[in-house]
Amino acid sequence: MTEAAARPPGGGASISISHVGMTYQRRGARVDALTDVSLDIAAGSFVSILGPSGCGKSTLMMLAAGLYRPSSGELRIDGKLLEDCFTDAGIVFQTDVLLPWLSILDNVVMPARIKRLDLEAATKQGRALLAQVGLGGFEANYPSELSGGMRQRAAICRALLCEPSVLFMDEPFGALDALTRERMQADINRLWAEHRKTVLLITHDIEEAVLLSDEVVVMSPRPGRILRRFRVDLPQPREPAIRRDPRFHGIVDDIRALFRDAGVL
Amino acid sequence: MAGADDGGREPRSRLKSLIIQLRHALPVAGAFIALLVIWQAVTRLAGIPDYVLPSPTQIAGAISDEWRQLLVNAAVTFAEATAGFVLSIVVGIPLGVAIVYSRWLDRVLYPLLVASQSIPKVALAPIFVVWFGFGLLPKVLIAFSIAFFAIVVNTVVGMKRAPVEMIHLMRSFGATRMQIFLRVRLPVAAPYIFAGIKISATFAVVGAIVGEFIAASSGLGYLQLIANNNFQIPLLFGILVLLSVMGGVLYGLVVLLEWMVLPTPLRTVRADEAGATL
Repeated sequence: MTEAAARPPGGGASISISHVGMTYQRRGARVDALTDVSLDIAAGSFVSILGPSGCGKSTLMMLAAGLYRPSSGELRIDGKLLEDCFTDAGIVFQTDVLLPWLSILDNVVMPARIKRLDLEAATKQGRALLAQVGLGGFEANYPSELSGGMRQRAAICRALLCEPSVLFMDEPFGALDALTRERMQADINRLWAEHRKTVLLITHDIEEAVLLSDEVVVMSPRPGRILRRFRVDLPQPREPAIRRDPRFHGIVDDIRALFRDAGVL
Repeated sequence: MAGADDGGREPRSRLKSLIIQLRHALPVAGAFIALLVIWQAVTRLAGIPDYVLPSPTQIAGAISDEWRQLLVNAAVTFAEATAGFVLSIVVGIPLGVAIVYSRWLDRVLYPLLVASQSIPKVALAPIFVVWFGFGLLPKVLIAFSIAFFAIVVNTVVGMKRAPVEMIHLMRSFGATRMQIFLRVRLPVAAPYIFAGIKISATFAVVGAIVGEFIAASSGLGYLQLIANNNFQIPLLFGILVLLSVMGGVLYGLVVLLEWMVLPTPLRTVRADEAGATL
């Protein structure tokens, strides 16, 4: 596949975060989760938010998805002010959050059911997505009958079902073993190359961020703010061989150095 | 990517899981029969008089001698217990839901409800008789007052069990509050609600009997007082057998309903795991 063919025009939405702060009360004490975060994410790009645990990166994702309200600043999606939950999104959490009482296929088509879309078409699409990630034949199984990695793949299928314009992923591979994680990183990269949605990936894994993203946004420890942004100008979709590319290592080393300076490493 | 995992297993069928459950019941049945045999042997060999501890065959004899009287009175008690039980469900589940959805009810009504459970229900019985007379109503209400609390508490506990990520996810699909209730909170709560209903099934029978002890002219509780006065100890035990059968039937009906209504992954919480019940 040539690089031009791998980059069809993006079907995603742009996200604009301007001067966003997030403060909450915990046991009477004021906690600043985020201070003055501004970030523009281009439509169809794959952006990772990288930072130490507790830096507010998950909070930033929840804000961008409209599930939390910011204490200050504003968020826009495709230029439109975000005032309620953003429903044209797919979300993948660290745990699969599949509904245990529904079959894998019923879980995957749940977004269509809630949105009252054509269930027949959704079922067809759900089956196709499951087949794409190697879960064909497991449609009728309950989540408890699948391994953690398989469940997480089903959760990704659910997030992709309605062709959302943005895919939010909060440490989606954090709970998986190393081999499964590597395989799913490849899956995500391939799916993204095919669908070209805007992706916001939250992670604390430097290699993972550089491997998958067009841009890596590095955050400081709490109160979270943006330290620096790194462009990753490596061809998409990423081949496994990219891990041996000196440019790959260059960016990884730069980010390590930045974390060392910030006292994280 | 190729499907490297082993092929999809058949989800366990309902019939299969029922057969497995029945197989688990076999040792229990065996132990019960062994208990009866030992009981019979001890009362016979030690010559224990029937007014102290009748043997199982004497109890069975009393039941077969008095079956008509037992049946008529059992029907009365069953009607009271069932009415109180159904009332517990009809009131208990919506009340539990309301407590979860209303901050005010959660802060004001729920603590009052919990505190009210320290009142011995037996002590309420005479008051209910004064208020509602000698008919069915006071017994139904006593059965209800004992039975409904387990359902309310389990409904509240179950409804609060829904993981916050599940709610977030549903909201990101654009789900309404009603959709979140029906598609997440209610299924998550269902095993807990059923656990509460199972407890309340047996409590309702207790409530009906308590009501009959205070003031009644029929019912197994009433019959028990008569048998006690007449020193008919085997009959007294016979009534106990009928009462436990009655509790068992109500309990069994709930289990059957649960088995029909809930999908397999939700049928694993047992009454003793639901906690916060008594």
